[in-house]
Amino acid sequence: MAVEFRKDLFADERDDDLNEIGQPIIRQDILGHVTGRSPFYDDHLYDGLLFMRCVRSPHHHARIRSVDAAAAERMPGVIRLIRPQDVPVNLNTLLSLISFGRDDEPLLAEHRVAYKGEPVMAIIATSDRAALDAVARVRVDYEELPHVLDVEDALKPEAPVVNETYPNNTFDYHDRYDHQKLRFGDVEAAFAQADHIVEGEYQMSPIEQAPIETCGAIAAPETNDRYVCHTSTQALFFSLGTTAKLLDMPSSRLHFIGGTVGGGFGGKVDSHHEPMAVLGAMLTGKPVKYMWDRAEEMQVGAPRGGERWRLKDGVMRDGRIIARAFTGFFDAGAYTRLSSYAVQKATGHLPGPYMIPNVASNVYCVYTNRTPSTAMRGFGITAVDFAIECHMDKAAETVGMDPIELRILNAYRDGDMKAHRRAAKNCALIESCQVVAQKSGWPLSAEAMAQSSLFGGGIGERGVIPETVTDQAGQIGERKRSGLAPEPFAGATARGHVPAGTATDHPATGNAPQREDMEIEAERLGFKVTRGASAPGQTPASPMPQPQPAATVAPAAPRPGAGPAMPPAYTAPAPASQQPVAPPASTRPQPTPPTPPAAPAPAPAAEPYKPEQPFQRGVKRPGVSRFISGSRRR
Amino acid sequence: MAKTPVTFTLNGREAATFVDPAANLLDVLRRGLGDLSPKYGCGQGTCGACTVLIDGEPHLSCVTLAETIEGRTVETTNGLQDSAGLHPLQQAFMDGFAAQCGYCTPGMLMAAKALLDRNPSPSREEVIDAIAGNVCRCTGYEPIVDAILTAARAPRRTG
Repeated sequence: MAVEFRKDLFADERDDDLNEIGQPIIRQDILGHVTGRSPFYDDHLYDGLLFMRCVRSPHHHARIRSVDAAAAERMPGVIRLIRPQDVPVNLNTLLSLISFGRDDEPLLAEHRVAYKGEPVMAIIATSDRAALDAVARVRVDYEELPHVLDVEDALKPEAPVVNETYPNNTFDYHDRYDHQKLRFGDVEAAFAQADHIVEGEYQMSPIEQAPIETCGAIAAPETNDRYVCHTSTQALFFSLGTTAKLLDMPSSRLHFIGGTVGGGFGGKVDSHHEPMAVLGAMLTGKPVKYMWDRAEEMQVGAPRGGERWRLKDGVMRDGRIIARAFTGFFDAGAYTRLSSYAVQKATGHLPGPYMIPNVASNVYCVYTNRTPSTAMRGFGITAVDFAIECHMDKAAETVGMDPIELRILNAYRDGDMKAHRRAAKNCALIESCQVVAQKSGWPLSAEAMAQSSLFGGGIGERGVIPETVTDQAGQIGERKRSGLAPEPFAGATARGHVPAGTATDHPATGNAPQREDMEIEAERLGFKVTRGASAPGQTPASPMPQPQPAATVAPAAPRPGAGPAMPPAYTAPAPASQQPVAPPASTRPQPTPPTPPAAPAPAPAAEPYKPEQPFQRGVKRPGVSRFISGSRRR
Repeated sequence: MAKTPVTFTLNGREAATFVDPAANLLDVLRRGLGDLSPKYGCGQGTCGACTVLIDGEPHLSCVTLAETIEGRTVETTNGLQDSAGLHPLQQAFMDGFAAQCGYCTPGMLMAAKALLDRNPSPSREEVIDAIAGNVCRCTGYEPIVDAILTAARAPRRTG
């Protein structure tokens, strides 16, 4: 299997030889930036613009007994108060647009506030100053409630309920579990076999995106019963859909203008300002601006969520990691926003870019009385990658091995079965390690330098889904009732088994859809799909090949030149044989006999990657672009 | 509240407006006079996005009382470009990819102009010092410093 370049898919319709990299280029929008004329949302001037400010909770958690805004209403310049009752649909969750999760967050809190800074009322006035002065005159009678600020404290039975939609303080996954589960193989059995157990805990704090332009929106009535909205959003259609839902109006009445964002980094997707500004314009008939000042941006602007990760590795003396278990706690803050998705993203990323035959994880999306979290640059991945890579160093230290060589030893190679049951392709960790070592003058052994992602992957057990032990621990509500600490993988509850298989015949996965979808798309659009041998549908149907010397096993994805024989460390890992419920002996492979160490005799087509040489360019095909000729539309 | 008349020179032209007693220069420039090039970033004099030149010196317009500019000279990014084309700083920022989102750019340009006006051949350290009060969150400071040094080496324009 050669490296698959996207450009090969479009080779006959795009004259693309990737010659832009390394060349200076002028940004298409930079003339506006250097002349100060790029149209940021706040650069739209309206006569008679009104200013909106929010009354915010000073408490982490409180019941709202009453709100007295009589004095504020009489303040000079005040045009209109907006109370929770003025919001047509005052409950939403961002991902409801893709039917994920239940509505759990009001635009303005009516009975209860769940984080410091949560808005309970908005005031519209003729100047920002007047709006602020009026906000200061609103008297809210709060009854303070106990709050919880730590993810693990929030899972204790006595913890206060943060979010009434999720009374267990965890997002509900698959209508069944209080966490997102991943099970692959049997970590407990493998831990029993490992030479070393390496454990670690890693914590990442919340991080504020802190764009220089604070979040905001200006909305104004248009003709034809529509509203125009200039916004700093990073997600214009997300904001449009959310506004339409909260204000109970068709999106055809909303004219959203965005696209010029003064820094976002993920913090401008929460779609809070647009519904507020449009609601203000609806209720006053005037243009209204709702903009956070810097203090609000830092206090109530949703940050990257804090995460706590516990890792447990089973490591062999030779450096092979045979099992890895994760327990993760993602701090969603008071409301879901995008954290439920971040947890799934994190789980899909486990166990990192490493071929580990037994993986288990329990990841919790936890509600606390902190500012709700949202997107920020790789959220859901960044913190667990930090944990994984710290842990790799710890594993290397434990077995006395070079940390980069340990990574090369355990790295995914093309054809390896990943824990989420797809074959790895276009792997490049080994090559990345080699380049890093070379550029930083870090000495690597000749054996490590001879490794390649292109061979050794997918062989024997590396290419199949192992028999997997499952459990029912952590059903929704169970923890809250029993006070059970979230210690996974202990096998306290009923353990089931999912038999071994391949990606195509496995009962848990069925057919991998992507390739077929791609081919249908290709047919429809007239793209040319590279007919490689990498399609999962073409892997052998036999679930578990009997162990043989690695060099003679037909790889799951045949490729030109089988590559050199792998050293013992790179062959299929020793099986985890101590199953609580013993599987049929015939399906359990015996330890693979050692094969001779690597003799660097690379076949021409499977040469090790040479970092100093660029990748070979794809074949350029002559022909007129379908985009130009119009023949693309069939 | 009685408004105060203020007249001053904005980018070489006479400007006159009435300002509220506590109005800051940033609001007066943006909403009062329609010069949208200085930006609001923090409102408390810490980020530098609102930097303008008053009598040639860089000032944070968000914490400058508008009344205090009576009779003085104010320059903004809006006035950098003239009939001869872009200012060398603007050209260097364009060529050197020294802006990404562009929101801090007008403030950066004015801080840099103040430096080059008084020191046409600054060292790298002097450039770094001159933009120390301007926060950038996406471009990164290296291309910005490089662009300012490039502009300093560009041929002088007449006038």
